[in-house]
Formats: sequence, C-alpha cells, structure tokens
Amino acid sequence: MSHHSIEVSELGFAYPDGPAVLDGVSFRITHGESVAVVGANGAGKSTLLMHLNGVLTPLSGTVRIGDVPVTRTTLPDIRKTVGMVFQDPDDQLFMPTVSEDVAFGPLNLGLPPEDVQARVRDALTQVGHLDLADRPPYRLSGGEKRAVAIATVLAMYPSILVMDEPSSSLDPRARRRVIELLRSFSHTKIIATHDLDLALDVCGRTIVLSSGTVIADGRTVDIFRDDVLLERSGLEQPMSMQSCPACGAVPATLP
Amino acid sequence: MSKIESGLYQLGRLDRLAAQDTPIHRLDPRAKVVTTLVFLVCVVSFGKYQVLPMLPFALFPIVLAGEGNLPLGYLARKLVVVAPFAVVVGVFNPFLDRAVMVQMFGFGLSGGWVSFASILIRFTLTTSAALVLIGTTSFNGVCMALERLGAPDVFATQLLFLYRYIFVLGEEAVSMTRARSLRSFGGRGMSLRVYALMMGHLLLRTYDRAHRVYLAMLSRGFDGQIRVMRRLNLGVRDVVFTLGWCAVFAVFRVYNVPLVLGQTITRAIS
Repeated sequence: MSHHSIEVSELGFAYPDGPAVLDGVSFRITHGESVAVVGANGAGKSTLLMHLNGVLTPLSGTVRIGDVPVTRTTLPDIRKTVGMVFQDPDDQLFMPTVSEDVAFGPLNLGLPPEDVQARVRDALTQVGHLDLADRPPYRLSGGEKRAVAIATVLAMYPSILVMDEPSSSLDPRARRRVIELLRSFSHTKIIATHDLDLALDVCGRTIVLSSGTVIADGRTVDIFRDDVLLERSGLEQPMSMQSCPACGAVPATLP
Repeated sequence: MSKIESGLYQLGRLDRLAAQDTPIHRLDPRAKVVTTLVFLVCVVSFGKYQVLPMLPFALFPIVLAGEGNLPLGYLARKLVVVAPFAVVVGVFNPFLDRAVMVQMFGFGLSGGWVSFASILIRFTLTTSAALVLIGTTSFNGVCMALERLGAPDVFATQLLFLYRYIFVLGEEAVSMTRARSLRSFGGRGMSLRVYALMMGHLLLRTYDRAHRVYLAMLSRGFDGQIRVMRRLNLGVRDVVFTLGWCAVFAVFRVYNVPLVLGQTITRAIS
C-alpha cells in the first residue's frame, strides 16, 4: 500500500528568531521499513519528526506521506495515517482513565462506541496492559505510562508509527519490553533515539542527523561500525558492539 | 512530605474512595448530581435565622457516606480545612446584630448568634454533600453527568482538565520546591524574591507543557470537542433514589420536623 511510505525532500525549518534547525533534509522510507533517526542533542531529530504529521509546517521543501503531501487541508488524513508517540508520556495521557485515553483518538475518528471499545481492548492487549484500563494515568509507573502512550496511538490503527525516544528514562526491563513490542509491530516505523542498542535491535536502517542535515543514511550495522562518523555526530558505538569491558571478549560479528 | 505533596495525596485519596464498589457508587452519576443539587437548593433557601429546620438535612450526607463506605473522620477533617471561610463570613454577625431573639435559661440570644450558627450549619451541610458526591461518584463522573444533563461542553471539558492538571502542576511544583529546599541552607534562599521567581518559572513550565499536550491532542485528531465513551444508563433504582430523596427534602423543607416532633412528644406526654 502506497500510503505507508514517507518522502521528505529538501526539508528546511527554523523556529522564529532562531537559526536553521533543519537544512535540506531528504530521504525516502518505503512500506514496512524500520528506520532509526540518531544524532546528538539539538541535531534536529524531534523537529524532523514533528514535520511528519504536520505538527510543524516546513519553511521550505515538502513532506509526502504516500501520495499525499502534508498540507493544512490534508492534515486530518495525515494524522489518521501517521501515529505519533511523544517523548514524555505525561504529555500524551490527559484523560481521566487509561481506557478513555486510548479511546480518545478513535472517538475523534468518529467511530461507533462498540468499535471504539474493541479497539481499546485490542490496543491495550497488544502492549500487554489490559489490566490498567480503569486506572488513572498519573498513577502509573514510567514503563506502564510508556506502554499506554503507545497503545493510545495503536488504537487509531495508523500505517506509520513515529516515535520520539521510546526507551528514555525506563528501567532495563521496561526498556526491553518496549524493544520487544516495537519489534512485534509490522508498521512502517521511524524512531528518533539516543539508545543505539535499541536502534540496532529494532531498525534495519539508520539516518544520522547532525546540525540539521543528514550526514549518513544506510544499514544500521554499517553506520555503527564507522567510528569516525559516530564520533563526528556525538554518538558512541552501542554496547552490544563494543568488546566486553570485564573480559575483553569481542562481540560475535553481526550480519 | 511537603504541603503540596500531602495535598496531592489527599486529593488522590478522594479518587480512591470514589473507585469503590458500593450500591451508592453504582448509581448513575446523574441521579446523584441532581439529588445533590436539589439538596443544595433546599438548604440554601432557608431564612437567615432558621437553624432548627435545617438539622434533619444532615441525614442525606450521613446516610450516603455510610452506605458509600466513606470514612466520616476523613470527611470531617476536610470540612475543618475549609471551615475558616465560613467562619470569616459569619463571625461579625453577633457584633452587628445584637437584637435579642430567643430567651433561653435566662440568657438573651441575639439574632447575630443565631444567623452565625445558621451559616455554619449551612456550610457543613453543603460542603459535606459536595464531598460525599465526589467521593461516591468521582470528579470525572460528576463532569460527565453535568455534560449529559445539558451543561455546555466547554464547561465540562474545562473542569475535567482542571482536575487532571492539578496533578501535573502539583508534581512540577513538588520537584521545584524540593530542589530549592535542598539547596537553601538555614533558610537562605527561601526569600520572597526566590519565591516570586519560582512562581514565574512554574508558569512558564506549565505553559510549555500545556503546549506539548495540545500538540499530542492534535496528533490524535482533536478538533475542539472531547468525546467520551458513554456508559451511563439510568435505571429504575436511580430514579427511585432521586425521587425518594427529593420527597424527603420536600418534607424537611416544608415542615419544621424537629419542632413538629417536639410538639408531638410533648402532647403525648401531657
């Protein structure tokens, strides 16, 4: 299906009275691909993501989701197609209970109540937290909040998932669960992250941003092997690719 | 625990109480809201010097709290917290209104004292009824009921968000206060100037967060109207509850029950 692809061409953006945050970013992501966007703090990752569902409007260049350009008039369609998971789950969970929060999107799509309930159950089951349905969101743990935030987006049945730092501030087990969850999705995914191990586990392809431009775009393993490139973009090799700090063993070669 | 923190905790406790499952909790929120409204109107409509006929109305919050398994001690503490407002409203009455109204045991009770008592009783009745309503229905239930009863959408939405964001704002405030007290040794850094700066900062932080929340809402198709899954259905029990209590209120309002009771007893004895 064609509307699962993302095409960004010559995208430029600057916040009012600030320097350019994005400067001529271009890439194309096809159906079912899973792509990591990595880069130092302030490289423009979050700003780039916010263009993908029209939260921000480009100053120059275009963003197309499938055959549809992201413009003011296509926004409702775009937001149905592109599900966005924000960095801070507290920003995303605003309804009094978890199930109402998950229902928020589908209700806005104008679905009948029975369908909405089915979707809520479905989405919460997918993230493994049907048990939280009646709890107020502000009483959940960090990992639970993150899972529920992902469920709120899944309930809209998007074709494309856009995520900003899905593993930040999670304990190791919660982080592992999020990674497993992401791996289980067949959506087209685009994930901004500092967690390069997550990128390695979930994403076959990686785009490296530095000061608002794409400085590398290719297979994740190839990019993470390039020490010079990582150094230049303020990153470090993922732990799983470094030799063991305790015994010095070299990791098994990746494909 | 700081004051803000314990305040948040107390609010949370009311939430947990509202999540119980008792016959009162299971009633349709609309039934409870309407009944409470009728109760409030009845209580407030009493005259300035009427004390005795209001007393029977205490039956409503007490019965509901009992049936709804709300700890009376907790409700009483909440009442005491808000009581100063009522006291301030009425405290000058005894000084301003010195005309003797009632002769009791050789003392003359002035109109001011009577109206002061009337204000305090009114306050206790109305506030405890509101607390019991939220404690058996939850804040969200009340908002939902108001909306279904025809209150404007915007109004219900605002109330809902107000309640939700008390917690977000509160948590921000807690972390800021903690950060300050950790670095202000022996009271330095606790000055009014720092306090003012912090308030400004809190406002900016909240503004920022509100913006991000709005973006998240837009991303999920928000168009200015909050839609909620409707699970309300008004049954026979709810109607009986509302009509039954309204009838009781009407009797209490029209007849001075304590007086009638007293007269009947006196007549029976003599």
